[in-house]
Amino acid sequence: MSDPQPQLDGAQALLMALERQGIEYIFGYSGGAALPIFDALETIKTKMKFVLVRHEQGATHMADGYARATGKPACVLVTSGPGAGNTISGIMTAHMDSVPMIVITGQQVTWMLGKDAFQEADIFGITMPLVKHSYLVKKTNDLPRVAKEAVHIATTGRPGPVLIDVPKDVSQSPFTGDLDPDMDLPGYNAGGPQPVHVEEVKAIAKALAKSRKPVILAGHGVMIAKAEEELFKLAVTLNIPVTTTLLGKGVFPETHPLSLGMLGMHGTAYANKAMVEADLIFNVGSRFDDRIIGQSAKFGQHATIVHVDIDPAEIGKMIRPDHRCIGDARQVLEELLKHVQPTDTSEWTAHLDGYKKKYPLHFKKYGGLKMQQVISELYEVTEGQAVITTDVGQHQMWAAQFYNFEHSWQWITSGGAGTMGFGFPAAIGAQFARPDATVVAIVGDGGFQMTSFELATAVIHKLPVKVIVLNNHYLGMVRQWQELFFEDRKSGVDLEGNPDFVKLAEAYGAAGFHIRRPADVGKVLRKAMEINDRPVLINAEVVKTDNVFPMIPAGKALEDMLIEPPKHKMEKPVGST
Amino acid sequence: MTLDTLVTTDRPPVAPRRRPDSHTISLYVANQPGVLARIAQTFARRGFNIDSLVVSPGRDGRFSRMTVGATGDPEGLEQIIQQCLKLVDVVQALDHTDSDCVEKELALIKLSVPAEGRAEALQISEHFGCKTVDLTETSMILQATGDTDKIDALVRMVAKFGILELVRTGKVLMVRGEELT
Repeated sequence: MSDPQPQLDGAQALLMALERQGIEYIFGYSGGAALPIFDALETIKTKMKFVLVRHEQGATHMADGYARATGKPACVLVTSGPGAGNTISGIMTAHMDSVPMIVITGQQVTWMLGKDAFQEADIFGITMPLVKHSYLVKKTNDLPRVAKEAVHIATTGRPGPVLIDVPKDVSQSPFTGDLDPDMDLPGYNAGGPQPVHVEEVKAIAKALAKSRKPVILAGHGVMIAKAEEELFKLAVTLNIPVTTTLLGKGVFPETHPLSLGMLGMHGTAYANKAMVEADLIFNVGSRFDDRIIGQSAKFGQHATIVHVDIDPAEIGKMIRPDHRCIGDARQVLEELLKHVQPTDTSEWTAHLDGYKKKYPLHFKKYGGLKMQQVISELYEVTEGQAVITTDVGQHQMWAAQFYNFEHSWQWITSGGAGTMGFGFPAAIGAQFARPDATVVAIVGDGGFQMTSFELATAVIHKLPVKVIVLNNHYLGMVRQWQELFFEDRKSGVDLEGNPDFVKLAEAYGAAGFHIRRPADVGKVLRKAMEINDRPVLINAEVVKTDNVFPMIPAGKALEDMLIEPPKHKMEKPVGST
Repeated sequence: MTLDTLVTTDRPPVAPRRRPDSHTISLYVANQPGVLARIAQTFARRGFNIDSLVVSPGRDGRFSRMTVGATGDPEGLEQIIQQCLKLVDVVQALDHTDSDCVEKELALIKLSVPAEGRAEALQISEHFGCKTVDLTETSMILQATGDTDKIDALVRMVAKFGILELVRTGKVLMVRGEELT
């Protein structure tokens, strides 16, 4: 059925189609090749809100933060060439962490493609390995179908970013097609086999019944599938301890006695020890990332390994499981719950409780202001209810260790890609998505300076985002590796010349506070939380050279975890960075 | 006595039926721009070399059939096939290495053959069921079809005349019987 609207152009039809697909926010930056689409923002009335950012990378991270706070995709709209190029880090971040996102890039006119025209870049080709799918639209009438398919692909199965490259002549030509056409995706299988493979599930139930030392390893997939309730039922019914990946934080309440917290390189000692000693590892919705398995040959040597994932390509990619089930985490867990019987794991959980008492996460309260203290007090002040975003590095790992979550959709961090500059714009996106939530970006002084200009965006929209800059004047995690593995030769890590971040915030019209003494942390945090009409930046002058532990050196097995700083010289790590 | 000891070393050993790490993968893909680049990238990213590649329209013009010959360890290849299947434009991807199928390729071989060698060259050509598609005073072009091993054997046999040029299409395959590839 065609809507009789002959006066539309391609750009207007594109926006109408995006609105029809439920897009609520467009984060973007204008430019020549995107002019028709920007003009359509003015000439077509939609409910979508446009947010002008200060750099295209910021737009992608805002869309990312929005998606990770809601489960819904937002749209990024930028121009061709450098505008499109600046979205790369953000697209990669979303792709690595399975985050839905629609990226629309303006492009040169079709007859100039490949001729090195002004601001022409082959963004379709450049982003190919970083997207779930992409389009270079050649016909104006294809735009609504492409928009519909893009949102469908981005949000179903294992989510991811979809790029739509729109040449200027395509967006400004008259539109004469169908505004709500059928999709044409013969090769796309969104959600795994339907219904789930019952025999596989029964085999898993049987393995669980035999296990006396099981561990559930829950990842981001549980959150994407909204399977938290089923996971909780499984863990509690069978009395199985649960550890989560970095991105899975919150899918199981971290204050629950069965929670082991996060595992992996900087995970809790008890989570990692549980993985080593378990006789069954039940992985649901995690891709066995190199940061959690350490050395693949030694991982789960004594355990039956179960892998539940919606993406068949993840099964056996890192770890070859004994039992597998491809499918949506919620559907698989629902089916599994029909077949499981309660088992006696009390000896095992008591044993792990011993580890919890022996190796708790802790930090020394003396010797200056610690990042850990700021995060712990933030947890107290916000009662664990804030939406937390981070960059990558020491502050991220300590935030993961010391901020516990009861729920998912509260923790937004760049995991797979490890993108500096992610946290602050992601917090802006999350605050747009959830205006009433307390949203706190915990960032380092390095990462914050990569996207600090988005203070302008936050101020204009009066967003009460809280930014805590944990300022040690170093690229702390790199410095930690240099100290441990490179005889403390500091190379390219000294951030001498940092600005006064409070003055910087004030220059944009945001509020700012310094924390210099451990005694001031709570007071300043509470004061900051009271400000709700503009962003607040807190510059915490933390000790310069603290290190994150526990730590599994890259490429080492989980058994080789360092719980405390090593007394001996360490070999250079051979594993992944 | 094993077979190995029977093989004399003064002539090139008979090529095994198939190298253990060589695979033939058949893909059925939506005929969309960029689909070839996406598949090539999936192989390249994991360090697999594509030995041969044939792309042609399928029975239904909206789709294409790709036959990829590639070399590498089977586990890595299984991962690549899974990654290919994940691509939105890929409808099907299968490793046909051990399945019962007809596998053929076509080769054009330009030989430098003076008049005195022509008879022998034509004899070899006839033995391999080739067509002579071009003939001059000093050269000829043979057109050969068959499986990869046959073409390899032919190339070895005519090498002594001097091969001026060699073009091979790369293999295409089809599953035998009523089952679809």
